[in-house]
Amino acid sequence: MKTVTTHSDLVDSFLPWLTCVAMLAALAMVFLYVPNERVQGEVQRIFYFHLPSAWMAFLGFFIVAGASGAFLWQGKRSADLLARAAAELGMVFCSLVLLTGPLWARPIWGVWWTWDPRLTMTLVLWLIYAAYVLLRVFAGDTETVARYAAVLGIVGVIDIPLIYLSIRLWRGIHPKVEQMAPEMAWTLLVCTGAFVCVFAWLLRLRLRSLHLRDEIRALRQHLVAAS
Amino acid sequence: MWAILWKDLLLELRTKERVSSLFVLALLIILVFVFALTPEQLKQPAFGSALLWVALVFAGMLSIQRAFILEQERNCFAGLLLCPIDPGQVFFAKFLSNVCFLIIVEAVVAPLTLALLSLSFSVSLLGLVLVLLCGIVGFSALGTLCAAIAVRTRAREIILPLMLLPLLVPLFIAAVNVTGALLAGEAWTGTWFRILVAFDVIFVVTGWLAFGFVVQE
Amino acid sequence: MTQRTQQTSWVVEARNLHKTFAWTPVLSDISFRIVSAEVVGIFGPNGAGKTTLLRLLAALLTPTSGRLTLFGSASSELAVRRKIGFLGHESYLYPDLTPEENLTFYGRAYQIPDLKGRIAQQLEYVGLQDWRTMPVRYFSRGMEQRLSLARALLHAPDLFLLDEPDTGLDPRAVSILHATLAEAKEQAKTVILTSHDFERTRELCTRALILHRGRIAWQSEATLPSPQEFVELYTACTR
Repeated sequence: MKTVTTHSDLVDSFLPWLTCVAMLAALAMVFLYVPNERVQGEVQRIFYFHLPSAWMAFLGFFIVAGASGAFLWQGKRSADLLARAAAELGMVFCSLVLLTGPLWARPIWGVWWTWDPRLTMTLVLWLIYAAYVLLRVFAGDTETVARYAAVLGIVGVIDIPLIYLSIRLWRGIHPKVEQMAPEMAWTLLVCTGAFVCVFAWLLRLRLRSLHLRDEIRALRQHLVAAS
Repeated sequence: MWAILWKDLLLELRTKERVSSLFVLALLIILVFVFALTPEQLKQPAFGSALLWVALVFAGMLSIQRAFILEQERNCFAGLLLCPIDPGQVFFAKFLSNVCFLIIVEAVVAPLTLALLSLSFSVSLLGLVLVLLCGIVGFSALGTLCAAIAVRTRAREIILPLMLLPLLVPLFIAAVNVTGALLAGEAWTGTWFRILVAFDVIFVVTGWLAFGFVVQE
Repeated sequence: MTQRTQQTSWVVEARNLHKTFAWTPVLSDISFRIVSAEVVGIFGPNGAGKTTLLRLLAALLTPTSGRLTLFGSASSELAVRRKIGFLGHESYLYPDLTPEENLTFYGRAYQIPDLKGRIAQQLEYVGLQDWRTMPVRYFSRGMEQRLSLARALLHAPDLFLLDEPDTGLDPRAVSILHATLAEAKEQAKTVILTSHDFERTRELCTRALILHRGRIAWQSEATLPSPQEFVELYTACTR
């Protein structure tokens, strides 16, 4: 028990710094180091935040599914809270994708939004996240609801390949990343690293706040029982 | 399992509220669309198929919710759980009763829609029946799972569509495309139809396996 | 060897049962054993966890941790449910179905042989044979409770669970219930009931438990204490 605490304390103390450094490096690379893309110009720089956000949104979904499975298997509260925190974060990053996408699309495609498969996919993903988060809000915080949410999380992941396939067949114009200059690849790599750090740090913070909330509730009940 | 199915059908026979309200709702949805679209648009097979499925999805949501609301009065669901019945069988019973109701409703609404939109009846009837059936099966499988969750939360009327609709995206796109091709007299047994069938298989199995987690407390 | 046979004859064996609701403990460290032919009363103030314990025993809830064995097999096993009858606050009857249809549904779910005869017998037992074709929605509360009793006893359970039978039953239902309990005693069946009224329930019970704040505060020995003693015990336990 003790080693676990010191281990997570260590993570807690160095993760914020790592995130700061990585983020500063990412910003510097995006704005100072990487050259303009030939055709699209300055606007293309948003891509270095857009793409990692999308990956984090997917990462969140898979954490939700994994934690949900673990919760149904063993019924541990920590797995349930991990699923919940990851879903909330996934929704945040999904929102970032949906915000940065149109910012780029407007000057390049001339429209804010098109029903291109990846955009549509992200929107559907966002909606599933929203349903998951709202289910937990509306239904209260009980073991039963935790199981409902876990089932929903797993069903969502099972559905993703089908959604992707059907939307893909439906239509498509999203730019494919073909050949990237080495500078661009490096910048993307650093940005992704920075986003992983941000994701991990936020996840830690959210998890800790959820655990603290549990503790507060237990203390309150203890107080009421003792009176 | 047959006991639950028999009971659901008997209850419907007694009250007739589910099928009749579904039927009227489906008609109303079609009516709203007819008002919203121009006559030229209505003649296109793509719109016809979209309309058919929008009506089915929204009427179906109502139907699937009823299946669990009728278990809520006098807390009958607990009585059901007392019985030595496997949760997977409860799932199949609820799923099948919903499939039955939607088939009954569609048997009237689908031809009616075609007639109201003056679409040609010279389509492959077998194909149309098959596509509707596949859509109903997939919808009912996922819907049964989601409704069992939604019915025991506050604000269940909102939670059910929120959960169900995004998950239904593949079914909806596939079904609309197959039906559109059918109505236009084109080949329809392609990839879309296979996606529809895959959706059915995946979610019937998922529902059957996951239902135990949803009903136990 | 004798030890072994004794083990299998326990109707209920609860070992360190815990149950949480909304992540806070409702029941903690519940351990007890019940043999057949016992009538056990579970007493305690409101919110002590009596209903939760009874629902655990009915396999309506699964324990968060601990082991619950009913008739020698885990409470999660489906076959065990055939031996359990549960009468709760709600009737579990479909209001739009008639008594006959309600019982037919439950009878099929329990796969009872010769269902028609059994239903007729049960309806007569609770005095509703003349009402068998009227939807339950039109029933008075007392009639519905009697029918619910018939539902709970339809499959002739070996373990009969009653949640607060002394509240809300009308006199006729109470007299039928008392007859049922006397009959159950004769047939060596096991009864577990919850109550917060010791005086009215005492003569029915062969053993008593007091539940307070989710824990067993006291369990009786082979003989029950006198009413006065029990009242003192009860106030001491639930203070």
